This record gives sequence, C-alpha cells and structure tokens, in this order.
Amino acid sequence: MKVREIVKKYKGKRENLLQILHEIQDLDAQNYISQENIFILSEIMNIPVSDITGTASFYSMFSFQPRGKYIIRVCASPPCHIMGAETIFEAISKELKINKGETTSDGLFTLEETSCLGICAVAPAIMINDTVYGYLTAERIKEIIAQIREEEGK
Amino acid sequence: MGLKIEINNIPLEVEKGTTILQAARKVGINIPTLCYLEGLQNPGSCRVCVVEVEGANALQPACVTEVNEGMKIRTNNKRVRNARKIILELLLSSHPWECNTCDRNQSCELQTLAEEYGIREVRFQSTQEKLPLDESTPGIVRDPNKCILCRRCVAVCQEIQKVGTLGPRYRGFHTVISPGQVDLLGDAVCVQCGQCAAVCPVGAISERDDTEKVWEALEDPQKYVIVQTAPAIRAALGECFNLPPGTLVKGRMVAALRRLGFDKVFDTNFGADLTIVEEGHELLSRLKKKLVDEDKTVKLPMFTSCSPGWINYMENFYPELRDNVSTCKSPQQMFGAVAKTYFADEIGIRKEDMVVVSIMPCTAKKFECNRPEMVDSGVQDVDYVLTTRELGKMIKQAGLDFVNLPEEEMDAPLGISTGAADIFANTGGVMEAALRTVYEIVTGKELPFEKLHVTPVQGLEGVKEAELTIKETLPDWKFLEGVTLKVAVAHGLGNANKIVESILKGEREYHFIEIMACPGGCIGGGGQPRLTTDEVRKARIQAIYKEDEGRKLRKSHENPALKELYNEFLGQPLGEKSHQLLHTHYFDKKNKKEKEKVKV
Repeated sequence: MKVREIVKKYKGKRENLLQILHEIQDLDAQNYISQENIFILSEIMNIPVSDITGTASFYSMFSFQPRGKYIIRVCASPPCHIMGAETIFEAISKELKINKGETTSDGLFTLEETSCLGICAVAPAIMINDTVYGYLTAERIKEIIAQIREEEGK
Repeated sequence: MGLKIEINNIPLEVEKGTTILQAARKVGINIPTLCYLEGLQNPGSCRVCVVEVEGANALQPACVTEVNEGMKIRTNNKRVRNARKIILELLLSSHPWECNTCDRNQSCELQTLAEEYGIREVRFQSTQEKLPLDESTPGIVRDPNKCILCRRCVAVCQEIQKVGTLGPRYRGFHTVISPGQVDLLGDAVCVQCGQCAAVCPVGAISERDDTEKVWEALEDPQKYVIVQTAPAIRAALGECFNLPPGTLVKGRMVAALRRLGFDKVFDTNFGADLTIVEEGHELLSRLKKKLVDEDKTVKLPMFTSCSPGWINYMENFYPELRDNVSTCKSPQQMFGAVAKTYFADEIGIRKEDMVVVSIMPCTAKKFECNRPEMVDSGVQDVDYVLTTRELGKMIKQAGLDFVNLPEEEMDAPLGISTGAADIFANTGGVMEAALRTVYEIVTGKELPFEKLHVTPVQGLEGVKEAELTIKETLPDWKFLEGVTLKVAVAHGLGNANKIVESILKGEREYHFIEIMACPGGCIGGGGQPRLTTDEVRKARIQAIYKEDEGRKLRKSHENPALKELYNEFLGQPLGEKSHQLLHTHYFDKKNKKEKEKVKV
C-alpha cells in the first residue's frame, strides 16, 4: 500500500496532487503511472479517475506507458535548437536504436523531448532523470551513455 | 448601491458583481456564448462572447467580466463582429462539416452562430486525425470529432452529478474529452444519465438513435406495438415544435402516437400508480418489521428506485446501500412486465408478438430496458426506449402538424392513471405521491395538506426535507401512532451524494428518501429538448402540477384500472405475483466480476 503512504505524507490534499503523482511515478521501477495506481489513488483521494488522468496527461513529465530506468530528455527549445539539439537527438537515437517516445529493449533508456530546461547558457542540453548535462556533442553523448551502461553492468 | 453603465449607448443600473453578459440580457441584448453554462461554468475559454469595453485594449469576454461603475460597452461593432467571426472560423476549422447528416442539424449552437455571423468561408484547415465513434453504451453515443472542447459536459458530470466520468485528457491540439484513461464510455463507470448530452452545444454527445427500430416494428404486420409515455414528456414535447416550455401537450401527443401507428397508446403513469401502491406497501412493511418485529435485517431509510441513473450510481458507488433501495421496479419496467403478461393475455396476443416502446425523458432508460434481469414476462419486458427528442423527430418524419392535432385520450386499461402519477415527472413528486397513498392507508384519511401538496419537498432546492406526524391511525397501524415520518428528497446525483454521505456518517436519519438523478427530476432529464435551464425546469414543473390538480383522481390507490389489475391478476400488493413481476434486485458493481456478469 505504498500509494496510501504517499497520499498520507501529503495529508491527502488535492493541491498536492502533482507531487503525489511524481512520487507514484518514481516509485515504479518502470518510471510510469500505472492504470492500477490511478484507480487506487482515485479511491483514496476521492477524485474521479478522469480528473486525475486529465491532470497528469496535461504534463509531459508524467507517463502512462512503462518507460526505461533512465529517461533522457532532449531540450527542444530555440536556444538548444540553434546550438544543434537536433544532432544531439540523432546521436542518442542512433546509439540507443530508438525513436522519440520509445524505450530500449533492455528497459534501460527512454528517449523524450522536453521544453526549456532553463540552462540555455550551456546549450545544447539534456536531462537524464534528475541530472542535467550541457555543452553536448555527439562524442560526449556516447561517453555519457557508455558510463551509465557500465554502472548498470550492461 | 447600483453601478451605472452603458451598453450600446443604453444607460442602465446594475448590481455589483453583474457580468456584462447578464447586464446585456437585462436590456434585451443577446451576446453569443458557447462554453458558458448558466449557474455552472464560465471558463471564458471559447471567447465567442467578446465585447468592446471603452478604455480596455483587448476585447473582453462578457461571460466572466464583471461591470464597473461608468463602464461603456459595445456588443456589436465591426471589431467585435470580426473577432467573433474569426473565433467561429477557427472553431469550424477543426469541426467536421457533416451538418446535413448530424443529429444536431438545425439544433446546433455552433451551426446557429455560423449562420448568424454569416460565415461563408473557413480559411484554416484541420490537421486533426479522425477519432472513432464511441457507441459502447446503450444510452449515449459520443463523436469526439465534433467536440469543440467547451467542457460543458465535464462541468455537469463532475460538478452537478459528481460522477466524474468525463474529463479532458492531454493538452492543446491533442486535447480530447474522454472517460478517464479509456476511450469508451462502456469501459468506464458511467451512469448513463445523459446530462452531458443535454448540455452539449454540438453533436458530440447524443442519445443512441433507436427510431429506425421502432419504425420497423410499426410496419411489421406480425407485431402488436404498444407505447407508454413517461409523465415528463407531456410537459416538454411541445418544445420540439417551438411551443413554449411548460405547454401541456398530452392530448396532442396521444393523437400523434396514434397516427404514428401504435396499436395502443398507454401511459407510464399507469406504471407509476402501480409503483406507488407497491412501494407504499413496501415502506409500511419495512416500518412494521423494524418497529414491531425489531427485525435487524430490514434496512431504513428506504430509497426510491424509479430513476435508472440513480440505480446505476448506487450500484457503482454505494453498493452497500443495495438493501436500502426499494425493490420496486421503475414505472417503465412495471408497465412492460404487466403489458406482456396481464394485457397480452387479456387481448390474446403472444408476448413474443408484442412490442413495448417507451417514450422517456431519459437516456438511462435505454440502459435500464436492456438490463439482463428485466425479462420477467418471459421475454424482454420493454423493447425500445425513445427520448422526447427522438419522438419529436418521428412526428416530424411522419409529416404530422403536431401543433394543430386534436386532443385525444389514452387507451384503457394501461392508459388510465391519476394525478399522483403525473408528478413522478419532477423532483419531490414521487415522495408526494407516496405520502398521499401511505397516509391514507394508515389513517383512512386524506393527506391533511392544501391541495394534497407536500410543499416542503417541492421546488428546485437541491436537498429538501419534511416531517409528517401520523395521528389517529387505523387499528392495523397502531404501531405508527404518533410516529414522525422523516423524509428527504434530492435531485441531481451531486445532491444525492450529499444525502447518502450524511446518512452513512450518521449525521442524518430518515425513513424514506426520493432520489432523481437529473436536476429538477425527469422533466430535466438527459433526453429532453435542449437546452434545459432552471427557467425551463420551473415552467415544466408548473405544467405538471397543473395537470395533477386538474384531475378527478389524484391518489394512486384510487386508479380504477389498477384496482381491476389487482382483483383479476396480481392479487394484493407485495403478493407472490407482484414479487415475481414488479420487484427486482440490485448488483454490487464495485465488484468487477459481478459487474461483468450483468453487463448491458
């Protein structure tokens, strides 16, 4: 009953729904909000399923599909775009053999786009889970991915 | 103190807090709206109500902008008209151009505005993919392609009904209104009340069209087709033919139905009278078991069971109340069961050859007649349900000049009814009808109120309560001497929710509770002519009470056809035959397995 504990931590208040959803998503090894958890949350917080879905689906940080352990978010805002974000995206896509929104077959990585990460000074930038990386090049991407693979023993 | 303003150079004084929209309506100026829904939501999102306010740079949405002292407003100049035209053009750009084949052709608010504003060209093209129709439920059909995202349906579903089935999903261009995580209503919890269909400004949510099936039955020489009309139809059908809300058209409705080819024109009112007699006895039997026999298995308060939207709500959200709900079937289903047994036998027609059509103000009735347990006559008791709107269309297709039809009478025996049945149409009516009968059974005297009306349970307040102390009982009912009967009435499922919660928390105690799923009761049902505002509700309710007061017989137990039915067929109220034909049981639909078993 982990969902119940999360709700309790936020005193069951509706205004904390986004934080609650984040914790539910982080709790899942596959980095997503399962339908089952939405139903449980709806029951506990007495908020209709449609309302929770509406709230969560509004934000791109939430997913209803199982995702990889590492979520790579490539900034798609103008400053990064000018600095070559497209090349970075392609480099990742090629290295991992996945397209936008897809997950690698080993369940390690998911590739997504994001709006501005707020670190335009170091564009082009990406975010992998909670860590940001700037001044990226295709070579640097390979290194970062290799490092994560090594840490994960894959 | 009032605020002095000017609208199109017309000076007027309005109270603080008045919106530009409300102020304009006071001086007879109509400002177009689409997302706005009186008393419920004004998100100011469709922008079609924009007006020019002197001194303000941008045009202001009239539905959410409150007036200020000295405000000068222009509701109609070139700038305003152009803005509205572009807004309409943009709305139309992602709306399918299927007006000719749309259920809302000539009753669509978007189409009306496009016509009023002379839109002759749409310069923008949609990039939206076509989405599939949702035909997964018996009552409601959704076409997400036609949706203009005004969110009126979301507001009624979430705020008025507190069911919360519908909500927006995703954002921006990708937004769809959907039942939660799934695409189909049938896969979500939907009570089929149809309030979403009642407020939809376009053809995105409507009832399932069953008119073709009824035409087919009418033209089949093998079939004996009878029709029953719910009490709420007679006060609303006229609106389909531009008669003002609250016009009583019972006689013309009967004439029209006869001309459509129904073999007998009967009345759900007969079923309503029958319901009162059965339900009244059930209430008394529960009171006796509780107060005299101290039987702990008997549940009080007893809830009414006429409203299929309420039954669906109870089964899905509060199945623990199953034993508190009257076991009486709704008047529609009682009628069907009696028609295909008693009446079919009487006229020597095989029940397999009889078709029972209901005209209902309701979309949930389409669901109800398809419930797998509603086959007590041996076949499906009620075959087809048409909404008031569908009947209106059939009458037009038949080429009948409805307004000038003569007034005709319902057929006997199942068309005979009392005033108590009429008031089933509105909130408080079932309670009043029940009290008229119950009080008389217990005391032998008439309900001691002016014109037999239980005034505290009338009107549009959400939750209403009344108390009635029973005095001078007949010998059989001595145990009720001095007992104060506590009753409550709620309309709209949000209000039902309030009552149910207060009972479950032990804050309130009642003996008998009437619930109608729709605001105002059946007269405000999901199948009624659009658009049902409070003003329309009041007009329809007034018409119903007038119909009731004009009757010689105003108490269900006085219905002569009903007496004959008991003498010749049923025996006595709550008897074996009644039990078999007129009573039902409910399911725990929180329990997925049980829900699957009785899926419609």
